[in-house]
Amino acid sequence: MRLAASSVTVQYPGAAVPALDEVSFGVSGGELVAVVGPNGSGKTTLLRTLLGLTRPQSGVVRLDDRDIGTWTRRALAGVIGALPQREEPAFPLTVREVVLMGRWARLGPTAAITADDEAAIAGALARCDVTGFEDRGIETLSGGEWQRVRVARALAAMPRLLLLDEPTAALDIGHEMALFELLRQLVGDGLGVLVITHHLNLAARYADRLVLLDRGRVVADGPPNAVLRADLVAAVFEWPVAVVPWRDGTSQVLPLKRNEERRAP
Amino acid sequence: MVAGTAAIRGGLSPPRPSHPQGETGFFLGTSGTTRSPIALPILGIGALAAGVLAMLLGAIPLSPGAVFAALHDANAPDAAIVRELRLPRVLLAFGVGGALAVAGASLQALLRNPLAEPWLLGLSGGASLGAVLAVVIGLPLGWSVAACATVGALAAMALVYRISVVAGRRLDPRILLLAGVVVGAFTAAITSALLVIADPFTFHSATVWLFGGFGRSSWDMLWHFVAVAALPLALLWWLSRSLDLLALGDDSAATLGVDVEGTRRLIIVATSVLTAATVAAAGVIGFVGLVVPHALRSIVGPLHRSLLPAVFIAGGAFTVLADMVARTVLRPAELPVGVVTALIGVPVFAVLLRRSLR
Repeated sequence: MRLAASSVTVQYPGAAVPALDEVSFGVSGGELVAVVGPNGSGKTTLLRTLLGLTRPQSGVVRLDDRDIGTWTRRALAGVIGALPQREEPAFPLTVREVVLMGRWARLGPTAAITADDEAAIAGALARCDVTGFEDRGIETLSGGEWQRVRVARALAAMPRLLLLDEPTAALDIGHEMALFELLRQLVGDGLGVLVITHHLNLAARYADRLVLLDRGRVVADGPPNAVLRADLVAAVFEWPVAVVPWRDGTSQVLPLKRNEERRAP
Repeated sequence: MVAGTAAIRGGLSPPRPSHPQGETGFFLGTSGTTRSPIALPILGIGALAAGVLAMLLGAIPLSPGAVFAALHDANAPDAAIVRELRLPRVLLAFGVGGALAVAGASLQALLRNPLAEPWLLGLSGGASLGAVLAVVIGLPLGWSVAACATVGALAAMALVYRISVVAGRRLDPRILLLAGVVVGAFTAAITSALLVIADPFTFHSATVWLFGGFGRSSWDMLWHFVAVAALPLALLWWLSRSLDLLALGDDSAATLGVDVEGTRRLIIVATSVLTAATVAAAGVIGFVGLVVPHALRSIVGPLHRSLLPAVFIAGGAFTVLADMVARTVLRPAELPVGVVTALIGVPVFAVLLRRSLR
């Protein structure tokens, strides 16, 4: 299964420049793609456009060669799991109730919950390492647990692709690593994962491909070591950086202090 | 707890009973969506008890034996009171209360705001203006009143929505409530003006829509109400899983399978028609839609498959009891039932408001 944007341009009403400018790239099953870029570079707009939530002015997003706009939301929900950046449930829910909602698209308005659904929920909880949390109120969860529960809800729908918008924002390194490990594991099981993140270094170590966005344009798309060049990263983020190799062979980005600039390695 | 999750709850999370692992609800064809599987049967028994009590008490208190005899035998001494006055009145109060609670619960999910309610959002005011207008310009009672009330409710909802979206860009719950109160006050002002210029007879028959009451209940009115309310009630029940998802926010709802814009329109129309049906039958009754869903969410959980039937039964029972109080405390005079529900609802609203703004 492949989700791909081709020459997608999105311009918000009243904006002087487009939020996305002729963006083309895709994500397929079995790969982890990380989208990185400065604030306001169009990452969230890109995710929303890929999900069919924002209509491009020109260009097209295709899921398996079909325009995303021709899919019903219900059919899409069974194929693409998504974690939008912000979610504040209006009412107190339990973890079980949250994950159960991942099945609503498959069940439709009236079908009863079956053993299949229960198995899917149990499987999703287990994969995300939140088994035993079923009866906890979500207000008692830590930020990392809440994100894993949201991933479990997405997985309960048995999607082929998973799109996440900054899932590790505000998480400490333990929770952050656990989430990237989980994503890597899911990709190993054949899922295609696209994650928006500000963590260049984790993206470099976990992702198969990096897509670097700058002012609505894809300025680089390829293996992490090819994308994370010091001159390119420095130009896009408008801050001097050094790029150093880590022992696993991945490039790691080190932002420089002002007085380090001239002595950069 | 990380800061991000503190915001998740918005401060409106009463302690909930947890259920043993693997326990599932069993009613209404679904399992696993109810925290307390005995809640609905208990509510049903409670509602039945409220109904029986309401049949006994009134301007003329009756014994259980007399009521039973009257229900069985059309020639029993109290048959007229029981069959033509009390029974349709209790049933209508039950239906109206249930509909108001379902409308409230649905609006709360739609607007992601536990304070949303037909009266506070100005829907009831709009419906009441429509109903009074129909009476003042001399349309025949019955369907035309319900139709005008529906138009009024829809117009009020559209206006409230419009004001709050323009003022706040995004739908800010506080602005929405303010807009609702303002539109409610506006419709009340126009309604009052209409009543002043109306002739005394019309004035008398129209005031009931301002204050709310079941004094005019009849079998005809009950059937009219059922005919109008049945479809929106069924529709909201059918949309209960969409309501669950909409309460998470638009993007989450869309990615979990909801056509957000289309579903939102359906829910707005359904709740407006439902509110209009209650106003046409019994006038403006506030706070049922606020108090009942809030109380029930902590018992049956926030999933609407179980919540909507539960709030229907509980809202019905609550309103039957409120009406019973309204017609007995000042016997033989009657208080408007909206006065009773407000006396209970306003303190609850105040507590909820403080919590949600904290």
